[in-house]
Amino acid sequence: MWAFLARRLAATIPVLLVVAVLVFLMLRLTPGDPAAILAGDAATTEQIAAIRASLGLDRPLPAQFAIWFANLLAGDLGESFYFRMKVTALIGQRLEPTLALATLTIVIAVAVAVPLGVAAAWRFGGWLDRALMGFSVLGFSVPVFVLAYILIYVVSLKLGWLPVQGYQRLADGFGPFLRHLILPAITLSVVYIALIARVTRASVLEALGEDYIRTARAKGLPELRVLVRHALANAAVPIATVIGIGVALLIGGVVVTESVYAIPGLGRLTVDAVLARDFPTIQGVILFFSFAYVLVNLVVDLSYVFFDPRIRY
Amino acid sequence: MGASDYDALSVGSAAVRRQNDAWRRLRANWSVRLGGAALAILICVALAAPWFGTVDPTLFDAASRDLRPGETGEITTLDGETLEHTFLMGSDSFGRDIYSRVVYGTRISLLVGVLSAAVALVFGILLGLSAGYLRRLDGPLMRVMDGLMAIPAILLAIALVALWKASLLTVIVAIAIPEIPRVTRLVRSLVLTIREEPYVEAAVALGTSTPKIMFAHILPNTIAPLLVQGTFICASAILVEAILSFLGVGLPPDIPTWGNIMAEGRVQFIAYPHNVFFPGVFLAVTVLAVNIFGDGLRDTLDPHMARRL
Repeated sequence: MWAFLARRLAATIPVLLVVAVLVFLMLRLTPGDPAAILAGDAATTEQIAAIRASLGLDRPLPAQFAIWFANLLAGDLGESFYFRMKVTALIGQRLEPTLALATLTIVIAVAVAVPLGVAAAWRFGGWLDRALMGFSVLGFSVPVFVLAYILIYVVSLKLGWLPVQGYQRLADGFGPFLRHLILPAITLSVVYIALIARVTRASVLEALGEDYIRTARAKGLPELRVLVRHALANAAVPIATVIGIGVALLIGGVVVTESVYAIPGLGRLTVDAVLARDFPTIQGVILFFSFAYVLVNLVVDLSYVFFDPRIRY
Repeated sequence: MGASDYDALSVGSAAVRRQNDAWRRLRANWSVRLGGAALAILICVALAAPWFGTVDPTLFDAASRDLRPGETGEITTLDGETLEHTFLMGSDSFGRDIYSRVVYGTRISLLVGVLSAAVALVFGILLGLSAGYLRRLDGPLMRVMDGLMAIPAILLAIALVALWKASLLTVIVAIAIPEIPRVTRLVRSLVLTIREEPYVEAAVALGTSTPKIMFAHILPNTIAPLLVQGTFICASAILVEAILSFLGVGLPPDIPTWGNIMAEGRVQFIAYPHNVFFPGVFLAVTVLAVNIFGDGLRDTLDPHMARRL
C-alpha cells in the first residue's frame, strides 16, 4: 500500500516538472525583454537591470531554469512588483476565500448531482431522466457569469434574500460567512452538477444492468439499499474520476465567479495580476493551481482503492 | 426484373451505402436538426448583420445614453447626420445601440469559435498522429500533453493573452492551445487502434512512405470522432472568448463581442441590467445550439463516444 502510494506520487513528478518548464518558458519565449515585462511599465532602467541580474537572464536558458527551479523548491515564487510583496505571501493571503468557495461548491455539487444521477438512472427514460439531460446541456452552455448575474438579479435584487457581493471571513462569524458564499457557490456548482450528474447517471445505469442487482432485488433487499450499497458503490470509480477532472472547470469558474461577486480570492488575484501585467504573480498562481489540480487527482486515484477493493496497485 | 429493382442505394459499394446511411441518420437526428437550424440562423445573422435593422456598432450619441430597451433616441452617423433610432435592446453608457453591438458580436464569436476549434484540431491531429504512429515520440509527447492538461484552461488562456498583445489571432491561439492535449489524446488512441488494421499492414508491406500512411490511410478513419470533438471545442471556445473579454483580458474593447458588451455594462448592472442580459442570452443560446448540434453528431456518428459519456 505504501509502495503504491510512493509509486503514484513518483508518477506525478514528471507532470509537475513539465508544468514548471511550461510556466518558465511562457515568460522567456515571449517577444520583448523578459526583464522589462517582469518589471512592469513603471520601472526604471536600474530596476530592470537588477531584475535581469537576479534572474540571470544573461545566462543560458538551462542555467536560468536551474536558478528559477531551485528558488521554486525553496518556496520562493518571486516578488510581485504590483503588490509589492512576496508572491507566496500574496497567495497565502488570498487563499481562504477561494478554498472556502471551492469546498462549498464541491459539497453542494456532489450532494445534488449524485442523488439526481442515481434517481435518473433508476427511472431510466422517465421525466426526471429527460429533465436531467436537458438541464445538463443547459448547464454546460450558460456561462458562469451570465448565470451569476441572473441569480443576483433574482435573488439579491428582486427578492433581497442574500447579499449581492462581498465576502465575510469565517473568523467573523459563520452566519454572514455562509450568506455571502451561498450564491457564488450555487452559481459555480451548476456546471459541476451538470457534469457529475451526467456521469453518475451513465455509470449507475451500467451498474444497474448487472446480474448482482437482480440477485440483490431477488433477495428482497429494500430498493434504497440496492441502489446505494450495490449500484452506486460499483459505479463510484468513474464518478470520482470526473469529480477530479471537474476541478479544472472549477478553477476556471472560480476566476470568473470571484470577479462577479467581488470575493477577494485567488481568482480575483489572477485577474488583477493579468490586468497589471504582474508576471511573477501570474506564474505563481498558475503553478499553485496546477499543483493543486494534480494533487486533487492524485487523491481521487488513491480513493479508488477505497471504492473498489479489487483494485490493488 | 425491372429498372426499379436496381435502387442506387442498395446496389452501390459497401462504403457508399455506409456513407448514404450515415448522412440519412444525421439528417433524421432531432438534435442535429434543432442545433443545426439554430446555428444556420445565427450564421445568417452574422453574415447579414448590416441588414438586420442595425446601425454601425461603434456609433454613439451622448444624448442617447442608458436608454431602456424599446426606447427611441437619436444616433449620429459617421457622415454627421442624426437619425431617429429605436434602441431595441437599449443603449449603453456611451449611447451605443446594444442591439447592433450584439448582432455584430455574433460574427466575432462564431469566428473565434470556429477558428479556435480548427487550430486545435490541426495541431492535435499532427501531434496525435505522431504520438500514435511513431513510437519513439509517444512517451515524451504525451508527458508534455499531460503537463499542459494540468494547467486549468482559462488560466492558461489568460496568461497567454497577457503575454502577447491582445488581438484576434492571439485570442484564437490562446484559446486553442489548452484544447490541443485532449485532441492529441483522442487522435492517438484512435491511431493506436487503426494501426493494427490489415490495410495499414498492407500499406507498410507495399513500402508506402510513413507520411502517406499517416495522412492517406489512418487520418480519414479518424474524421467522425474528430468532427464531434471539434464541435464541442467550438462551443467551449465561444465561452472562453466571452469570459476573457468579460474579465478585460480578451479582444480590445472597440471590437463588439458579447463578453466586451457585458464587461462594459457590468458596472451599472443594478440600474441597467439590459446591458448584461441581452448579450448573455445570445451567448447562452449560441453555445446551447452548438452543444445540441454536437450531441446529435455524436449520437449518429460516434456511438462509442456516446457510450463513454
